[in-house]
Amino acid sequence: MAEVLVLVEHVDGAVKKVTLELLTLARSLGEPSAVFVGSAAGNGGADNAKAKLAEYGAAKIYVAGDSELESYLVAPKAEVLAQIVASSSPAAVLIPSTPEGKEVAGRLAVKLDSGVITDAVGVDDGFTARQSIFGGAFNVSSTVSRGTPIITVRPNSTAPEPSPAAGAEEQVSVTLPDTAKQAKVLDRVTEKKGGRPELTEAAIVVSGGRGLGDGSNFALIEKLADSLGAAVGASRAATDAGWYPHTNQVGQTGKTVSPQLYMAIGISGAIQHRAGMQTSKTIVAINKDPEAPIFELVDFGIVGDLFNVVPQLTDDIEKRHSS
Amino acid sequence: MNIVVCVKQVPDTWAEKKLSATDKTVDRESVDGVMNELDEYAVEEALRIAEASGGEVTVLTMGPDKSVETIRKALSMGADKAVHLVDDGLHGSDALATSYALAKAIGTIEHDLVILGVESTDARMSVVPAMLAERLGAAQLTFARKVEVGGGTVKIERLTDTGYDVVEASTPAVVSVVEKINEPRYPSFKGIMAAKKKPLTTLTLADAGIEADKVGLGGSATTVGDVAARPPKQAGQIVKDEGDGGTKLAEFLASQKFI
Ligand SMILES: Cc1cc2nc3c(=O)[nH]c(=O)nc-3n(C[C@H](O)[C@H](O)[C@H](O)COP(=O)(O)OP(=O)(O)OC[C@H]3O[C@@H](n4cnc5c(N)ncnc54)[C@H](O)[C@@H]3O)c2cc1C
Ligand SMILES: Nc1ncnc2c1ncn2[C@@H]1O[C@H](COP(=O)(O)O)[C@@H](O)[C@H]1O
Repeated sequence: MAEVLVLVEHVDGAVKKVTLELLTLARSLGEPSAVFVGSAAGNGGADNAKAKLAEYGAAKIYVAGDSELESYLVAPKAEVLAQIVASSSPAAVLIPSTPEGKEVAGRLAVKLDSGVITDAVGVDDGFTARQSIFGGAFNVSSTVSRGTPIITVRPNSTAPEPSPAAGAEEQVSVTLPDTAKQAKVLDRVTEKKGGRPELTEAAIVVSGGRGLGDGSNFALIEKLADSLGAAVGASRAATDAGWYPHTNQVGQTGKTVSPQLYMAIGISGAIQHRAGMQTSKTIVAINKDPEAPIFELVDFGIVGDLFNVVPQLTDDIEKRHSS
Repeated sequence: MNIVVCVKQVPDTWAEKKLSATDKTVDRESVDGVMNELDEYAVEEALRIAEASGGEVTVLTMGPDKSVETIRKALSMGADKAVHLVDDGLHGSDALATSYALAKAIGTIEHDLVILGVESTDARMSVVPAMLAERLGAAQLTFARKVEVGGGTVKIERLTDTGYDVVEASTPAVVSVVEKINEPRYPSFKGIMAAKKKPLTTLTLADAGIEADKVGLGGSATTVGDVAARPPKQAGQIVKDEGDGGTKLAEFLASQKFI
């Protein structure tokens, strides 16, 4: 069966769910090989990661473990993939559609002179990628007509299912050209709030905006989110005001989410915000302004003061859970 | 520091965007064009860096004749000169072809930095800056919310999934910016008048040394197949809070099995 490369997204060896989704998807297209780049210092080292990748169907696992690869921005990952493509001629390369994943894909496309498709929500036979464009107004299918298909796939596009495979490890040693060593990473700073599901992976996202009036009122959003097991999002107005970390911003320049349920609370629904959430399956809004553009998108909307509606809603949910 | 700033004309942010029925490219004729919003931040950042360190800012755009409106806007904001890459042979170029053509055009302009927006609102691919860095063999400093320039090095804060990275490189470098970086200026009346006299060079494929079979629909490496408009969304239910809004919403969530 044709080999399909999947670039592993991980944090210090902890494999992200999107990787398991891509392995599951790759199994329907050929035989998946995982490509693991990094030294994986934490989380039990690369061993835990390898076990997980094999569990989800990686027949082969390429490991590029040189710590130098993590000292420079993006270019090394594209270099690793290009060298594996050159030696193993896979049928396609699948990469998570994250900002960095797309950049890796772009550089790889240039190296291989191959076509690149980003933000696929599915990939069918013949590596036909399905995309949803212009804010979900059109569904388009595209193919790569030259070179090795490079496709970035959005998180939540496939349900991950285990299907154990050999996970045969193959070490790759990569020599980085000087052009891949120009952008030095001096520091990596974490600003994220922990303890809640990851925004792009969550089934439910509860987002707050300027309507909250103050950062401390995000406690209302967090309490509601926790009652639903949801992730917390924010509009740009809220992140720019410093009420919530920018890592939680949903929208054009924030994260793109497509959960089963999206709740917009005190958010007007500017086009840049919609760009990050309008493909959500069910959309709910609470806003005191009946003219707010967010209401054009909703399945269910409450016109009212969030300071009354949200606590009542949270109470009601908690009561339903305990009864 | 001489800076090239890449700007793209895109369909107006609020306009209904369509694909052309004949060749499935973005329909640019039927809608008003505006400068891609994020590119305004790129222009602003280029102007600030040039103002602080000296040097010229050249605007570069690739697009049909009417993209000259977007060039004018960047010149009115304060850019020194402009290059417009325009040729029928470019129509339908995908990201691979666009990055090739832009790299060729950039090669005709003396520069230390190339600055772009992180994403265009029509293609929404967010790949052109990284592709340009690869093509030019220049450092990639992308997703910047802060840029510091000095002594031949450029240092940025790159937004990441979990916070930010501090990344540094020597010039030449390709920088892409997010909207947190600055507040773009409005063109002043004086700026608008001055823009009319600023040099604007038009490049064809041949002028830029671009091989015709590597651009346009034919030179692109991706093909659009089926296109289907999504059926319009059914209007949702909107309820005014009469003191029981939270409960009503909980009922809805329960009916949809979210609780
Ligand atoms: C280049 C660019 C990129 C951008 N990227 C993003 C992005 O990624 N994400 C993003 O979100 N935005 C983005 N924006 C900003 C966007 O244009 C809007 O400014 C922003 O989304 C507004 O946030 P908001 O809805 O919270 O605030 P507002 O628009 O001020 O809306 C607040 C809403 O809260 C309601 N409200 C107030 N008080 C209450 C109350 N007590 N109860 C109920 N409702 C109440 C109001 O009626 C109003 O509708 C971007 C802008 C630009 C130019
Ligand atoms: N045709 C073009 N002309 C000039 N700049 C462009 C063009 N296409 C893309 N860009 C630049 O590349 C950035 C990212 O675009 P994209 O990768 O298409 O989302 C934009 O914000 C522009 O700065």
